[in-house]
Amino acid sequence: MATQVTTAGRITTTDQFAYPKGIWSWISTVDHKRIGTLYLVTSMFFFLVGGIEALLIRIQLTEPESTFISASTYNQLFTMHGTTMIFLVVMPLSAAFFNLLVPLMIGARDVAFPRLNAFSYWVYLFGAILINLGWFHGAAPDAGWFAYANLTSQEYSAGQNVDYWVMGVQVLGLSSLASAFNFIVTIINMRAPGMGMMRLPVFVWMTLVTAVLIVMAFPSLTVGVTLLLFDRWFDTLFFVPEANGQPLLWQHLFWIFGHPEVYILILPAFGIVSEIIPVFSKKPIFGYTAVVFAGIAIGILGFSVWAHHMFTVGLGPVPTAVFAISTMLIALPTGVKIFNWIGTVWGGDLTFTTPMLMALGMVSMFIIGGLSGVMHASPPVDSHQQDSYFVVAHFHYVLFGGSLFSLFGGIYYWWPKFFGRLLNDGLGKVHFALMFIGFNLTFFPMHWVGVQGMPRRIYTYAEGLNWDFWNMAMTVGAFIIALSILVFLINAFLSFRDEPNAPDDPWDGATLEWATSSPPKPYNFEKVPVVTSNIPLWVEKYPEVYGHEPDFRETSPDPEDQPDVEHGIHEHHDDHIHMPNPTIWPLIVSIGITLGFAGFLYGWIITFIGVAVMFLGIYGWVLSPAFGEPDHV
Amino acid sequence: MQRRVTFRLILFALAALTIPALLAACGAAADDNPQTTFDPAGPAAREIDSIYRLIWWLAVAVFVLVEAALIFAIFRFRKNKNLINGRPAPVHGNTRLEIIWTIIPAIILVIIAVPTVQGIATLAERDDDAFQVTVYGNQFYFEFEYPDIIGADGQPLRVVDEMHIPADTRIQLKLISNDVIHSFWVPRLAGKMDLIPGRENHMWFQADEPGTYLGQCAEFCGEAHALMRLTVVADTQEDFDDWVAQQRQPPPDDPVVAGQQIMETICATCHLVEGTAAQGTIGPELTTFATQPDIAGVVENNEENLHAWLADPPAVKPGTAMPNLGLSEQQIEALIAYLYTLDGSGGQ
Repeated sequence: MATQVTTAGRITTTDQFAYPKGIWSWISTVDHKRIGTLYLVTSMFFFLVGGIEALLIRIQLTEPESTFISASTYNQLFTMHGTTMIFLVVMPLSAAFFNLLVPLMIGARDVAFPRLNAFSYWVYLFGAILINLGWFHGAAPDAGWFAYANLTSQEYSAGQNVDYWVMGVQVLGLSSLASAFNFIVTIINMRAPGMGMMRLPVFVWMTLVTAVLIVMAFPSLTVGVTLLLFDRWFDTLFFVPEANGQPLLWQHLFWIFGHPEVYILILPAFGIVSEIIPVFSKKPIFGYTAVVFAGIAIGILGFSVWAHHMFTVGLGPVPTAVFAISTMLIALPTGVKIFNWIGTVWGGDLTFTTPMLMALGMVSMFIIGGLSGVMHASPPVDSHQQDSYFVVAHFHYVLFGGSLFSLFGGIYYWWPKFFGRLLNDGLGKVHFALMFIGFNLTFFPMHWVGVQGMPRRIYTYAEGLNWDFWNMAMTVGAFIIALSILVFLINAFLSFRDEPNAPDDPWDGATLEWATSSPPKPYNFEKVPVVTSNIPLWVEKYPEVYGHEPDFRETSPDPEDQPDVEHGIHEHHDDHIHMPNPTIWPLIVSIGITLGFAGFLYGWIITFIGVAVMFLGIYGWVLSPAFGEPDHV
Repeated sequence: MQRRVTFRLILFALAALTIPALLAACGAAADDNPQTTFDPAGPAAREIDSIYRLIWWLAVAVFVLVEAALIFAIFRFRKNKNLINGRPAPVHGNTRLEIIWTIIPAIILVIIAVPTVQGIATLAERDDDAFQVTVYGNQFYFEFEYPDIIGADGQPLRVVDEMHIPADTRIQLKLISNDVIHSFWVPRLAGKMDLIPGRENHMWFQADEPGTYLGQCAEFCGEAHALMRLTVVADTQEDFDDWVAQQRQPPPDDPVVAGQQIMETICATCHLVEGTAAQGTIGPELTTFATQPDIAGVVENNEENLHAWLADPPAVKPGTAMPNLGLSEQQIEALIAYLYTLDGSGGQ
């Protein structure tokens, strides 16, 4: 019995589950694929916003003593560039893939809490709007994405700039937390029969680790931001040194969140690359177990290194040494991942599609980001590199060269599952080539000006420091990146000219999402698949190669791994498919919450209205049934 | 054909990446790069530089080996002829390899960790017999106090922006902030150390040779952070003594002259007065201040309001970009006298 995945034929008769059309159907959707699409489109919009901010920053720094923009505007731009790219682009873009893929990859019909999922998206959208509203009042956040106390106090930041940041980050944190709980529960409980934990695709594993990191790290940010909110609004003194408040307390709270956040941004990318490279090497991932456990190890170690952002605050030699060594340790599991990707390519039969180029480009650049990371793990070296352009180079190699290249690879790879269409591979390669060249021209010279003494977050610099030439080169590079993004947008636009005609399995994939149609039906799988391998589709398609799998893959499905057929969305007998009802209550609740926070900026009456709307929404949510009759969805 | 072009593109891009990386190893002389970390001028900076160079060469070795392995794998397996049923052999992993590529990096990390920990200890040494200077961070200027040198006013000598030190002498800094967090960084002399309100930090360095060493604030501290620069001038003992003697002269009797000196140091970060060294562009130009009807657009321009403004700008106009500079009564008086000479005529 070689066919181990039961996917059955498509429904060809009148499809009672066809997607409803119209804007209302999107507003009230609880379908994980549609929510994933909303995340994708919204985060790409904010990617353009953050990119324009970056271009303005680069134009200003092209030459010394430039007066293109003012110091105040520059400070708002670099603050919002960082905040946007982290909270409004990379995290939600990763969430787009979590949403689209996790249920498909584990053989589920939806996430565990579809309405909470809609809530996460709407809170993200409104939080993103709220944090950007400052631009329309000439008061966008201007104290850095790290918002160090006590510069953020009433005394030193009297305007509303910092308030937009505080309120926006509070709202966005809710979105991340709700989403993280949802995916933890989904991955633990909603797996198809036989989908044991060690048969999960690496991407799902990395999603799980990321979600756990969010749940453990975001509370620290929430606490810090709440203390800051109290300092600014209610005259408490948590961070006010004149009253023995501690500015360094903020740094600890922020980086206990902020360093795991780095892994929250990169682990989904590791997951994506770990899906793409095997498929285009026609080989299973090399060292599946090592890759999974390396991801878990990175997640755990990620909580023991936060003070390496604080090597110059005078922690004293002993804590400095301890955090230096714990930071160096992270290089080990990270190295394991890189070696295993190379091991996957090794002995393969490669196809250089756009997703594969993005993934290989990511590996090549992440090596550089990883090595520069080891450099500033050494506190004496870091005392030069900290807050210099060297660090700016480092984290762009990790977050752009690492995360964004992977995420773009994922966009090309899974575009058929989002939209039922394929992106043009030729244009994709042009996109990749331009982005690869532009990226390295922009960010590699930052190492150089950094070691030549150029600090971060300066809106201008003096002549005669020999930073001029490379700053000019960086600006040219930034515009090459912008051009590459333009190519991508054209590619995306062109893909919508034709009817959706992507094959169900265009890349010869190994994982369950390729067993669904392109785009998948609302219920994903007509019959819940039974899984006996971590490359189920390959086992099905190539039984003569993968049919006699050694070790755990041959064992019969473990009853412990069966989903709870009595309670979950699943009906194990496929006569009825129960899908959750569309609803706007999550939208109402998120409007209420956002208004509640916005009232701090626009008047308390807004807060009262917001709280009332929130309670209305919660009652509506609780009192409306999640599942209706199967024949009117 | 398509595949070859793609492959060559990758190869070219990686090569293009490696060349500047190797160039960076060649170092850079301070003549062209006055704020470089690559031309250490004293033992503290040399300690950092030696650790950096060790890590740099190890990183280059790892970079070359790993990128070469990646590129080789891409090249070698772009078309695999050893296929079984049209697929490459399904290798799932190799435990021995996993152990090897965990242990080798671990050994490299130990090689880095040992000098790192030694370096941390060396750089954290306290030496209260060294030449002492206290650095105060202010928005947006550094102020240096010499606790062992008494100035003309009977208080320890204080100067702004430019710190003079004796060369070939170990200097110990005490770092204090008067407002927000700043960071003291003079790359050719030492790594950076933050100035944090409510805390006292210490660092040491030494300039082996007389010379001028540039630095600037490295922690974002507000609107004019980019302009918060400083200079360390290392003098021969003789020159240093001359400098001290000059600084101990009583301040000019003429408050206008004293006021201009303050304008050209503290205020010059942000303000412009034509015909003087004050060439800042962040704040409003003050060339015709005496003829302006108001101060900061909120209060009438008279001596009383100007005094209140200089003593604490945010108290007069909440949200103003001008910070409280912590000026002394004497400095305020001098500035008032000077500012009312500024009628645009260009001279007094």
